[in-house]
Amino acid sequence: MTRFIAPLFLVVFALVPLGLKDPYLLNALIITGILTICAMSLNLLLGFTGQLSLGHVAFFGIGAYVSALTALGFDVSLPFGLRITHEGGSPLLGFVLAVGLTGLCGYLIGRLSFRVRGAYFVIVTISFAEVVRLVALNWVELTQGPLALTAIPNMVLPVPGLGDVALRSKMQNYYLVLAVAAVSYLIIARLVASRFGRAMRGLKENESLALSLGINATRTLTVAATISAAMAGAAGSLYAHYIRIIDPDVFLFSYTVTMVIMVVSGGKGTLAGPLVGGILFGLLPVALRPVMAPEAQWIVYGAILIAILFLMPRGIVPALESLALRRRPATETKSAAKPAEAGANP
Amino acid sequence: MNHPAGTAILNVEHVGMRFGGLTAIADLHFDVHDGEIVSLIGPNGAGKTTAFNIMTGFLKPTQGRVLFRGQDLSQTRPNEIARLGLARTFQRTSVFADDTVRDNVLIGLHRHGDVALLDRLFPTPRGRRAEAAVRERADAILDLVGLAARADEKAGSLSYGEQRLVGFALALAVEPKMLLLDEPVSGMNASETQGFVRLIRKVRDEGVTILLVEHDMPMVMEVSDRIVCLNYGRLIAEGPPAAIRADPKVIEAYLGKSAAKLEHKEPVHA
Repeated sequence: MTRFIAPLFLVVFALVPLGLKDPYLLNALIITGILTICAMSLNLLLGFTGQLSLGHVAFFGIGAYVSALTALGFDVSLPFGLRITHEGGSPLLGFVLAVGLTGLCGYLIGRLSFRVRGAYFVIVTISFAEVVRLVALNWVELTQGPLALTAIPNMVLPVPGLGDVALRSKMQNYYLVLAVAAVSYLIIARLVASRFGRAMRGLKENESLALSLGINATRTLTVAATISAAMAGAAGSLYAHYIRIIDPDVFLFSYTVTMVIMVVSGGKGTLAGPLVGGILFGLLPVALRPVMAPEAQWIVYGAILIAILFLMPRGIVPALESLALRRRPATETKSAAKPAEAGANP
Repeated sequence: MNHPAGTAILNVEHVGMRFGGLTAIADLHFDVHDGEIVSLIGPNGAGKTTAFNIMTGFLKPTQGRVLFRGQDLSQTRPNEIARLGLARTFQRTSVFADDTVRDNVLIGLHRHGDVALLDRLFPTPRGRRAEAAVRERADAILDLVGLAARADEKAGSLSYGEQRLVGFALALAVEPKMLLLDEPVSGMNASETQGFVRLIRKVRDEGVTILLVEHDMPMVMEVSDRIVCLNYGRLIAEGPPAAIRADPKVIEAYLGKSAAKLEHKEPVHA
């Protein structure tokens, strides 16, 4: 049942802008889409390998800064009289560099922290995010610090027949985010169904057993962290070129919390979970805003989160799955018949 | 391959293991030859499972070393040891409980069907062929251990004895040269045990050397070419089943000193 969620979402959200002209709602959908990509990338780690990255916003923020600085250009002096000057280039190159560099960060953090398991990775990722935030805040020459990087150009895509097209309208950015989200989803779906996905599942369920089967824990987890980080970096790049102004607040811990909420409420370790959780908690503030006072909004937000986790501890998508199983007694009896038979002749 | 006196495939050389002040293994020294079925026996706490953990890299011995096909395993990690062809099962039931039996074996076949990243991300013919080959292999293994009918059920929902078989199937999926089985028939009934004895003989006849730890003595006596007996972390006897059965030191270890000396002595309390 739930495997139809993603194609359904794709069709629905591809059609939405045709009927929706309200720029405020379109903006909310774009931001939600970007955060949903982050949630999908976090789910690759948290859901499929069981490793919690509490500094996931670092990859998002680095992606945003790398992409913005590539497009804007910079001029920084380094120790030993070195000086790096970059004229500014295409936002598309920025996107590619953002993906590459955040992937590299994910790889390095994985290499550092996956030799030991447990809380180590969590702590390394939290620290990494905080360090990066402080760098963004204090390396004023490069990042403008709290003054923010402004006038970041819109994403420019080469379109056959039209030449380079700058994505200025909300509609264009909406479809760009939708396309990147769809590609991210497909990459994760393919990975999870492959030999690599089976290695991740094995490690998550029973690490000793997985090791005894020849699965390399360090390498598998590091590859997962690399891909996950690169995806969050891609989301950061989209964000920078859409919002067109970024400051060190893109590294705020609360973004990571939002991603974790999206993954856990939707159902970690499921493909559709971060989509459902992402869209629900991305649009919830928008839905609450016209009907209640700002103070009450976050109380309701929290209450809904608690209610979901209380009623569906494994998340919305797994809850729907088991509901679908109960609704279809035909398949149920078929699979239930076998264990009964087994009990009869042990 | 079937020759009991073939070349040594595994050498355990004066291995010792201390956890702080506790000596789990004092000095363990024995060889296993190519194509043999050897049993490691001894009372609870004799250090059998510790020995397995050392041989498979989960523990580093505090003294001595283990050689597998001449290669020192001291600095080798568990996943690398599996790649060398030394696979193990675990004493406690160890399966991927949330996955189907077939998916369990597919995870176990990790060493096979590796394809390039592109074949993994796109449904290329090569990627599809590799996946089909791995699935075929998984079905062959399930047929061999007799779990084909259970392939689509969650491993965690199987009976205890069947879960032991899944664990065995997982170890087979590594396609090992040698298998270490930690209490493989515990939790199996008599007919399951008989089936399992036939199964490990079959696997041995295909060229896999087997070392097992087991408490089921009739099974051990039936299946073993040779038995190694441990007590208090020391090797106390080694030889063919008939000799071990008659060895006074072995009887003493299992039943106590008086039983080994004089079995006609009347007990103090009736």
